[in-house]
Amino acid sequence: MAELTKELSQVKGDKPAVPGKDAKKRPAPEPSGKRPLDVPTGTPTVIVDDLHIVYRVYGAATDAEKGNAVNALTRILKRQGRPQMKEVHAVKGVTFVAYHGDAIGIVGRNGSGKSTLLRAIAGLLPPHKGAVYTDGQPSLLGVNAALMRELTGERNIVLGCYAMGMTPAEVKEKYQEIVDFSGIDEFVQLPMSTYSSGMGARLRFAISSAKTHDVLLIDEALATGDREFRKKSEARIRQIREQAGTVFLVAHDLRVIEETCNRVIWLHKGKIRMDGDPKEVIAAYNKG
Amino acid sequence: MSQPESAVADAQAGGRSGQEPLAKLAQRYGLRRAIARPRFPVYLRQLWERRHFILTYATSRNVSKYSSSTLGQLWQVLTPLLNAAIYFLMFGLILGGGKDIENYPAFLLTGMFIFTYTQRTVTAGAKSISSNLSLIRALHFPRASLPLAYTIQELQQLVISMAVLLVLVVITGEMPTWFWLMIPVVLLLQTFFNIGAGLIVARLGATMRDLNQLLPFITRTWLYASGVFFSIQDKVVGSAHLPQWVADVMYLNPAASFIEWMREILIATYRPEFGHHPPPMVWMSCVFWAVFALGFGFWYFWRSEERYGRG
Repeated sequence: MAELTKELSQVKGDKPAVPGKDAKKRPAPEPSGKRPLDVPTGTPTVIVDDLHIVYRVYGAATDAEKGNAVNALTRILKRQGRPQMKEVHAVKGVTFVAYHGDAIGIVGRNGSGKSTLLRAIAGLLPPHKGAVYTDGQPSLLGVNAALMRELTGERNIVLGCYAMGMTPAEVKEKYQEIVDFSGIDEFVQLPMSTYSSGMGARLRFAISSAKTHDVLLIDEALATGDREFRKKSEARIRQIREQAGTVFLVAHDLRVIEETCNRVIWLHKGKIRMDGDPKEVIAAYNKG
Repeated sequence: MSQPESAVADAQAGGRSGQEPLAKLAQRYGLRRAIARPRFPVYLRQLWERRHFILTYATSRNVSKYSSSTLGQLWQVLTPLLNAAIYFLMFGLILGGGKDIENYPAFLLTGMFIFTYTQRTVTAGAKSISSNLSLIRALHFPRASLPLAYTIQELQQLVISMAVLLVLVVITGEMPTWFWLMIPVVLLLQTFFNIGAGLIVARLGATMRDLNQLLPFITRTWLYASGVFFSIQDKVVGSAHLPQWVADVMYLNPAASFIEWMREILIATYRPEFGHHPPPMVWMSCVFWAVFALGFGFWYFWRSEERYGRG
């Protein structure tokens, strides 16, 4: 804290008109620029500046399109994309600043660009226009994509930990903790394809949450499994949040957001509809 | 957490009405772009730090590849054996390709196994980015880890097929000699070349999805141009009466160079003291391709590092 104070005074010193502590350009009508007082408004950790994200999706090819080498060659020579390729403009000009200590909830309908925005903040999707600036490396909570169903739980734990960037010593240290937390016991020796969906979800959560992060991005539906595991994982998320400097949370369960976040951003069709106090935004979101 | 009064007051005062560009604000607080390509040496170091992930990923893919079949890991030995049998039946017995070549089985098998290693790596490398988009969009790691892991996966398979090859070559009547000590050197150079080639096609395949459909034709053409089941010198100059430089150029293609070098090592009658005269530059060509592909491959792949998530 002392460090922060020092840094702030320094910053204040070198320029009078300085720190837009609240650097949000609000594109939507928003009643007040107030931030809740119980929350530290320290240094900015994530700055999103007029961000546009466009990504490509590849639809299923029809037989005629898939086809032969000649077609493929002509397309490459003419530098055409595949006919079934579509460009999705998922985020259209989002701007905001997040500060150390913020827990920001992101709400919006399916397809409003929430997950895409998180991925862009994490530096996993390149911006089409604009930029994201971060302090340290934000990480997305979740290793599902790295795991392989045909492998045993044991191998998946090791693979998942390495995928998140742990060292062998850390993997060794965390291994038992992950097994214990997931509660899958002797099933750890069996392939993940034999797990029930609840067991699989528990193991995935246990692996994902084994690492600590500076800026943490959480994409919905984390607390899965039976009631007991739900409680356990909610406690774990709280603990992770306390360790992390800034947290982004995407969830459909508005209650979770209201409970855990000090600020909510409402995304609508790739743009910010509203940004501010959780109660106000969620009330407006429920209405609209 | 307490806050300095001024900061809170400032926060309450609200909007900055956009007087300072956000990029400047970011710079002032030392924030960096979330997605930025690290400098090349830094990138290589990051890649080295991810070596455990690369190895584990390669091994895991190999294990999971065979886990659904009854014979399991046995297929790693069976596949090259069956391939060898088919090639021999087809080219050796039916087409009679080996009339002028001594110890044709060893000649053919060496060519086929060496070529398959490069071919499989290139084919796998082309898909390494495009088929792992969900992984790329979920986790941070130097993207070159993926093509590298695919190459290492093929290398692990190669170790097994090389053992099979050596046994088969001995069965055809070749005796192990001191020359065999050179085998790991050739394979190492070939692996360097494969890594580089894998990186190049990985970047190409990330944006050109059609590459995957085209590759089988490209690799087949390459197979025919590399003298896997015939002697380039005999066919090109001897039978087709083309000028010598055509044969020389064909020998200089990386696949042919590695194959020729390995044949010199494994097959006694292929060595100069038995009157065979392979092009003298073969080993130089191998070294050149290994160094060139590795260096260029990493550089070329790195240049596009921040764009792989787009698909």
